[in-house]
Amino acid sequence: MTKFNYTAKDFKSAAEVRWCPGCGDYAIMNAVQKTMADMDIEHKDFAVISGIGCSSRFPYYMSTYGFHTIHGRAAAVASGVKSANPELTVWVITGDGDSLAIGGNHFIHLVRRNIDLNLILFNNKIYGLTKGQYSPTSDRGIITKTSPFGTIEDSFVPGQLVLGSRGTFFARAVDNNIKHTQEVLADAAQHKGTSIVEILQNCVIFNDGIHDFITDPKFRAERQIFLKKGEPMIFGEQGNKGLILENGRLKVAIVGENGITLEDILVHDPSEDNLGLQVALINMTLPEFPVAMGVIRSVEALVYDQEMKKQIETVQLKRKVTCMDELLQSGNTWVVDGENCSEPVKFFDNKCFG
Amino acid sequence: MVIFAAFKKNRMKNTKVIELEEVAIRFSGDSGDGMQLTGTLFSDTSALLGNDISTFPDYPSEIRAPQGTVGGVSGFQVQLGTKKITTPGDLAHVLVAMNPAALKANAAFLNPGASIIFDVDSFSEKNFEKAQFKTTDPFTELKLNDFSLIPVPITSLTKESLKYLELDNKSVLRCKNMFALGLICWMFDRPLDYIERFIQSKFGKKSPVVAEANLKVLHDGYNYGENLQHSTPQYIVHPAPIEKGIYRNINGNYATAWGFLAAAEKAGLELFIGSYPITPATEVLQALSERKDLGVKSFQAEDEIAGICTSIGAAFAGHLAVTSTSGPGFALKSEALGLSVMAELPLVVVNVQRGGPSTGLPTKTEQSDLLQSLYGRNGESPLVVLAASTPSDCFYYAYYSAKIALERMVPVVLLTDGFLGNGSEPWRVPAMDELPPITPRRATNPELFRPYNRDPETLVREWAVPGMEGYEHRIGGLEKNAAGAVSHDPENHHINTQIRAAKVEKIVEMIPDLEVIGEPEGDLLVVGWGGTYGHMISSVQVMQDAGKKVSLAHFNYIKPLPKNASEVFSKFKKIVVCELNLGQFASYLRDKVPGYQYHQVNKMKGLPFSVNELVENFEKLLEA
Repeated sequence: MTKFNYTAKDFKSAAEVRWCPGCGDYAIMNAVQKTMADMDIEHKDFAVISGIGCSSRFPYYMSTYGFHTIHGRAAAVASGVKSANPELTVWVITGDGDSLAIGGNHFIHLVRRNIDLNLILFNNKIYGLTKGQYSPTSDRGIITKTSPFGTIEDSFVPGQLVLGSRGTFFARAVDNNIKHTQEVLADAAQHKGTSIVEILQNCVIFNDGIHDFITDPKFRAERQIFLKKGEPMIFGEQGNKGLILENGRLKVAIVGENGITLEDILVHDPSEDNLGLQVALINMTLPEFPVAMGVIRSVEALVYDQEMKKQIETVQLKRKVTCMDELLQSGNTWVVDGENCSEPVKFFDNKCFG
Repeated sequence: MVIFAAFKKNRMKNTKVIELEEVAIRFSGDSGDGMQLTGTLFSDTSALLGNDISTFPDYPSEIRAPQGTVGGVSGFQVQLGTKKITTPGDLAHVLVAMNPAALKANAAFLNPGASIIFDVDSFSEKNFEKAQFKTTDPFTELKLNDFSLIPVPITSLTKESLKYLELDNKSVLRCKNMFALGLICWMFDRPLDYIERFIQSKFGKKSPVVAEANLKVLHDGYNYGENLQHSTPQYIVHPAPIEKGIYRNINGNYATAWGFLAAAEKAGLELFIGSYPITPATEVLQALSERKDLGVKSFQAEDEIAGICTSIGAAFAGHLAVTSTSGPGFALKSEALGLSVMAELPLVVVNVQRGGPSTGLPTKTEQSDLLQSLYGRNGESPLVVLAASTPSDCFYYAYYSAKIALERMVPVVLLTDGFLGNGSEPWRVPAMDELPPITPRRATNPELFRPYNRDPETLVREWAVPGMEGYEHRIGGLEKNAAGAVSHDPENHHINTQIRAAKVEKIVEMIPDLEVIGEPEGDLLVVGWGGTYGHMISSVQVMQDAGKKVSLAHFNYIKPLPKNASEVFSKFKKIVVCELNLGQFASYLRDKVPGYQYHQVNKMKGLPFSVNELVENFEKLLEA
């Protein structure tokens, strides 16, 4: 039983949605709106902050408070919003160009500070709004308008960057799998700290099909592994493939072959502070491995905005100065009251203020 | 020894007691010698005695430049007096030089015949070489032989003084500055109790032996002065007749920070500062970070851009949001400043100007960010620009910047500079009820609220913040219509561009008339703005005392300009605009207050004007 009985529709604004027909953003927005409805929090307490890029038009389509900021800076603006008012539920909508190129610095520092907000990273491996240039997640060699002979640089793996920045929460989902995306977003919303959700998103115009090999629903069971807390890391049409550790490295094994039993398969625990294994899961690529989906890491740690609040409260418990008049007269002050002294003139009188 | 011979005759002078109305003292040594602390302690002591003071810290950008070199000299000048003191003084009456480099760096800034107290132990051939003297007689080389040279073996006396303590050599040498301070306190008849309390509270608990060492050397320095009265002059500077009230000594950066605190309290808002350390503005962030007791949320960001962006976020969330920076950091904040113009959120950016362009002169003062503040953004991007003019009035202009931002939903740039930020003066602290009210433009009716609905008079939109029910809305950097929807309509953008400009112009109603200091008409109107005020007023007074028809108009409100500016200008035969840049305000005036010939006095040396150079320029203009 929820207090407000919201549905996803309650979180849609009147603004006309203007993404290209078939864009993966539609599905992601539906999932976010459903998640917000399920959170049972009033509209007034949501702030959706975005940067620049196709996905960053997102706030206009929401019926909450929203701020469409400037390129790369959503994480910084959102950090200010949440630090100022920790009561708010803050979501950041951003893309691979916005957060990993121009806004890379804010992204890593947001993660490091562990400010309690949810960041959805729409990863389509391309610059869409500027019509098709390679991004920091584009694969080496890709041919785009600014790399007509192929790129000569390697890409970021967003999860690696998050864990390298001491991230406490990282999850991955696919735009065409709304139900799973919703589950992941719900977990992100629950997490206290910075939750980063990478969503493999398809740009139908400039990078159509870039994730198809991974995301094709026909091969979902074989090519994706859905990690769930407390469950063995199993995948495959038959549900008989699993991940094991061999010589410190991940390996795909088949249950029932070579003496492998279900007991040998790794059990997923995102709450364990096991960076090595979690990075290994993030790094899994086809065809040797399935691609890891779901909440890969979700560990508890001190939360910046709460610590900021707490520090102020702690200092105020023992404070000597409680207001400006006290501050102004604190410390090294002296009284001037000699015979040759004149009466004080108030500054704002002196300066002919009306 | 060759050196001693050079000043032997001066040592034989009798003790003199000199009564002065004002005197400037310059402490100078290696950047590790503790000259800033020495100067500050002496200034505070003098202020407590009732002298008016004005200080000027002048230090290199390297924390520890090579020892003994001219580049590594750190100086602190203070002027104190029996009357209102408006500048730290052009030239010093007394110089404390801890080494030959300090002597060389400051020789040009001494009054003829000034007293030079120097650590004779450090006047060695090795140090002459480091300071690039050509001979072993620096005084002759610098033509200082007629000055009152007072050699004091500061290093060896400090060592002797601390012999009884088991301190390492480095710690002993760190006490040298206290010897100099003690001696100067004797010369100016200052009691030591304030300095003693400072030393106790700084070292007493942490390291009693260091506290003892500093106290011992301080007293030995004082006693040295008393014992050698025959060779050192003593000065008397009576207390200044000033306004009654409670006083404290404050520098511009602290005054700025406290002005924001006062504004937040008055407005009933929490204060947020997102900022990134940069010389010479860092202290504003530090001063606010200290005030968790008053609930300040200080956010040291990862860069300048995040500094302003977190502040914009806090403004969106309903706080009084400020960010502090200096020129290069201000450049980095430009795009986000444009966002706050477009989003029409209250924000104050304080720019403690320094010498530019690029890294320029980080520790030196300049007024060269005026045009950057006015125009340094993409698009038509109008905002309010204010400039403080003394260390203590930074408090009031910070306060007023916040008032304008909150009541008019507009970003405000507050310009101070390195000279104001680091310089200090005694300040009569106001009571909070002396300050005008601040009424933020909070939205009051959700039925009627639309993000860009405007007050028909002021053109100001309302401020509705997350958490307020019924006001949910979206804003951003894209052009919007009144309802807050993204709009690419040509007419809408044309009109909104005009509205944003008109909104800023209408703030003129909040701005006091331009004051004329002196007669309202005359031969020459001296025009200045911001941090040059002290030198401007002093030089204009020199002219007035000489019977010249010269008046001063000093601007604190740059955009919009006070509405009577043209009227004031029209009453003078000549107008001269003085500023520490190539003429940025003069060119702004040519645009905004046309029809006058603006003469210029400009200086780009990283230093304040001197009163003398201003007076010379004014005299030339009057003759021409």
